[in-house]
Amino acid sequence: MALGVPVGSGGQSVPKIKYEKYTLPNGLEVILHEDHSTPIVAVNTWYHVGSGDEKLGRTGFAHLFEHIMFMGSEHVPVGVFDKELEAAGGDNNGSTTEDRTEYHEVVPSNALPLALWLDSDRMGFLLPTMDLPKVDLQRDVVKNERRQSVDNVPYGRSEEVILAALYPKGHPYSWSVIGSMADLSAASLDDVKNFFRTYYAPNNATLAIAGDFDPASVKTLIRQYFGDIPRGPTLPARPNVPVVELAKDTFLVMEDKVQLPRAFYNWPTVKLFAPDDAALDVLASVLTSGKNSRLYKKLVYDMQVAQNVRASQQSSRLAGYFQIDVTPKPGQSLGSIDAIIRQELQRLVAEPITTRELARVQNSFRSSFLNRMSSVQNKADILNSYNYLAGTPDYIQQDAGRYDRVTRADVQRVAGAYLTKPKVVLTVVPEGKREMMLTATGGAK
Amino acid sequence: MSRRPLYLGAMAVLVFQTPAVAQNAPIDRSHSPVLGPPPKVSLPPIATRQLPNGLKLIIVEQHELPLADFILVIGSGGTVDPTGKAGVANLTAAMLTEGAGKRSSLEIADQQAFLGIGLNTGSNWDASTISLHTPTAQMDSALALFADIVLRPTFPMAEFERIRKNRLTDLIQIKDRPTVIANQAYASILYGSTHPYGQPLIGTEASINSIVSTDLVNFYKTHFFANNSTLIIVGDVNPDQIERKIASMFGSWQQGAVAEYHLADAPKAGGTTVYLIDKPGAAQSSFRIGSIGVPRSTKDYFALTVMNTILGGSFTSRLNQNLRETHGYTYGARSGFDMRRAAGPFTASAEVVAAKTDSGLIEFMKELNAIRDTVPAVELQKTKRYLQLGLPADFETTQQIAGALVPVALYNLPLDYYNNYVQSIEAITQADVQRVAREYINPASLVIVIVGDRKSIESGVRAVNAGPLSIRDFTGQPVSQ
Repeated sequence: MALGVPVGSGGQSVPKIKYEKYTLPNGLEVILHEDHSTPIVAVNTWYHVGSGDEKLGRTGFAHLFEHIMFMGSEHVPVGVFDKELEAAGGDNNGSTTEDRTEYHEVVPSNALPLALWLDSDRMGFLLPTMDLPKVDLQRDVVKNERRQSVDNVPYGRSEEVILAALYPKGHPYSWSVIGSMADLSAASLDDVKNFFRTYYAPNNATLAIAGDFDPASVKTLIRQYFGDIPRGPTLPARPNVPVVELAKDTFLVMEDKVQLPRAFYNWPTVKLFAPDDAALDVLASVLTSGKNSRLYKKLVYDMQVAQNVRASQQSSRLAGYFQIDVTPKPGQSLGSIDAIIRQELQRLVAEPITTRELARVQNSFRSSFLNRMSSVQNKADILNSYNYLAGTPDYIQQDAGRYDRVTRADVQRVAGAYLTKPKVVLTVVPEGKREMMLTATGGAK
Repeated sequence: MSRRPLYLGAMAVLVFQTPAVAQNAPIDRSHSPVLGPPPKVSLPPIATRQLPNGLKLIIVEQHELPLADFILVIGSGGTVDPTGKAGVANLTAAMLTEGAGKRSSLEIADQQAFLGIGLNTGSNWDASTISLHTPTAQMDSALALFADIVLRPTFPMAEFERIRKNRLTDLIQIKDRPTVIANQAYASILYGSTHPYGQPLIGTEASINSIVSTDLVNFYKTHFFANNSTLIIVGDVNPDQIERKIASMFGSWQQGAVAEYHLADAPKAGGTTVYLIDKPGAAQSSFRIGSIGVPRSTKDYFALTVMNTILGGSFTSRLNQNLRETHGYTYGARSGFDMRRAAGPFTASAEVVAAKTDSGLIEFMKELNAIRDTVPAVELQKTKRYLQLGLPADFETTQQIAGALVPVALYNLPLDYYNNYVQSIEAITQADVQRVAREYINPASLVIVIVGDRKSIESGVRAVNAGPLSIRDFTGQPVSQ
């Protein structure tokens, strides 16, 4: 593998991922990356639709639809998809975010035509055999996924409460990807058909293939399997969302089956790849990544008043927010922890971080880029991701470079620009313990 | 959100072939394409070395990226926690990065982040492990830190008190998580509270409160010997050079007498019993069903692997097809044999929507009975291909290869174990599958743990009549009804 130019002091360079990209006449984008180090191939398909494209009253539908894509198509009876792949030694999965829906198969290299047959059939021929029982079955599975990952998990419902408070009503990110039980119940067979016709067309998809294949024969196979799938109608205009600004702080409380309370602070910030996005990522690491990070060291290591504290810049295609969450140790008050968090944030606004703090974070980011390139499925997904979100598959070195360019002054500046603005604070409290809630005056016992 | 939970697969590396494709032939979509022969499995060569002090090295070269993975496997884990002090191995591992050589806890954390390396310590039943993932550009500094942690931990008292408080709070928070409650109660009921396997690896409130720093120092001094350890090295390294480097750093590591241990016999299995644990308001019921299984040394390893994959070891396995894809009762159902030095548990499990707890139990029992009948040849064939042909994908990254070699080190598997894997699976017949199903899965003698909302599920569970019902608390102990 060819190495790129080393960046930063003493770090490891981030290699380029070589690729070829072209578009079929029906609009399907194809990205190919050869890697013969292991005799396997990853086929990774992105449909450029996610929960952000859902209508009010149908939250969770994009993810439910992802499940339905495994329920058989005209030439692939229900159940055959997984059976054929397992019999060939392959594995598969799918995932949904606010912005996109992703499907992948990882197969021994001889089974590449099988993966293309399966993926092209559901892209071109899903509806002829679709019926309500199939939808109902996956509706039940998805409701159980929600129970297992949200309802039956401590603090699990916090995300949907935060999103609804952080984004204005109707904003594409104002509901969670998993959606509400009521909306999942409401999804109809007609919804499935309309969604497929609107979004599941070759001109709204990108097929990335990485691994051990012969480039000439794979192009023939792609043309044969995908070339005759008709182009879909022009896609509906994407929602044009203004930058989110909160007028004032909002304090919320939610009771849950938990032993300890947990506070979540949320500030609107910027979207993925916006100029301040990387500096906010660095800021999050400075606050809570490792024992020497500001908040972890103070609250968890030195004072030992918190069990855990985490920070992250959560940025997606249309918007982003910065989140800190903290869980006090038994008997410790959120109010006094809140005062310390405010102090530490003020200190970040008042003076720059040290060079050592910046170096630790930058070096860790640089390594993480290298680690992301170790499997063909990861590489295919990275190519698809950059293609959609950065406008070109060839972006890993630029992405890594963003973190190398962040300065101490940048971190100080973004702390002041975003974390001093109005925020949404949710306190999840044990049932019957609303007095533990954080308020504008600190409050919280 | 992801379509499915992950299933643990088996493991390799092959030779590439593609069938010729006619350029302009129309594609016949009506059946799956005819595939060329699968690539041959050929795993990367494994070099082994041994230092004079007994430390074994297993080295695999993989030069794709400038990275290297190291896993030090010390052949002692939670099974040899002192009596009444469950959690000692786990705390010992946690304390290794809290002070070592001249480095303080904060200095170790600083160095780790500055180098951009992964450094993790942990323990399971049979081993304590220290793993390092490093870019090769940082390897020398990373190994110096790694050596300090392994050879010169200082167990500072203040750090121990901090870690202990942290662990006690973890134990409080576990009460919020029905899946963890179910796992711990299941182990406790299956093995009883005196057998090590009946105790949680992370300990209990009582055991953590009884542990003092000296317990950890003693655990370290009794088990952390060169001759009780294997260092697995995978990545962009040269075997001779890395051996010299390791010898210079670990050559002075002391040897010692590794104590033999004998586990108390696990309690004899009784008749199938349902243990209901109340988690008021739980949206789902956590099922853990099974019995004491087999040690890793079982002669039936491959037959059990095939049988379990059919029952609950892959997405198309019977349990998942039935409970998820046919009935929609759950997001995923599975089964597995946890094989350790001694016999670990066999467990079938799922999180089932509360309203279908009784129906879920009926379907679990159906499948645990049906697996004892002859498995159709087609199903056996599909399962064998899945295990065999899926092997290469599990040997793709340095981390995967290093991880796959841990059981080789720990259970003294032959170095050609994975090279023979395909043949070993191929040899399994329908009769083998049926024999091990009948020997190891006995529907008349199961422990069935259900953690859920007792008020809404108890009558339904009773009506299924899978066995007498016993109400238990979060730790698996009887409660007065």
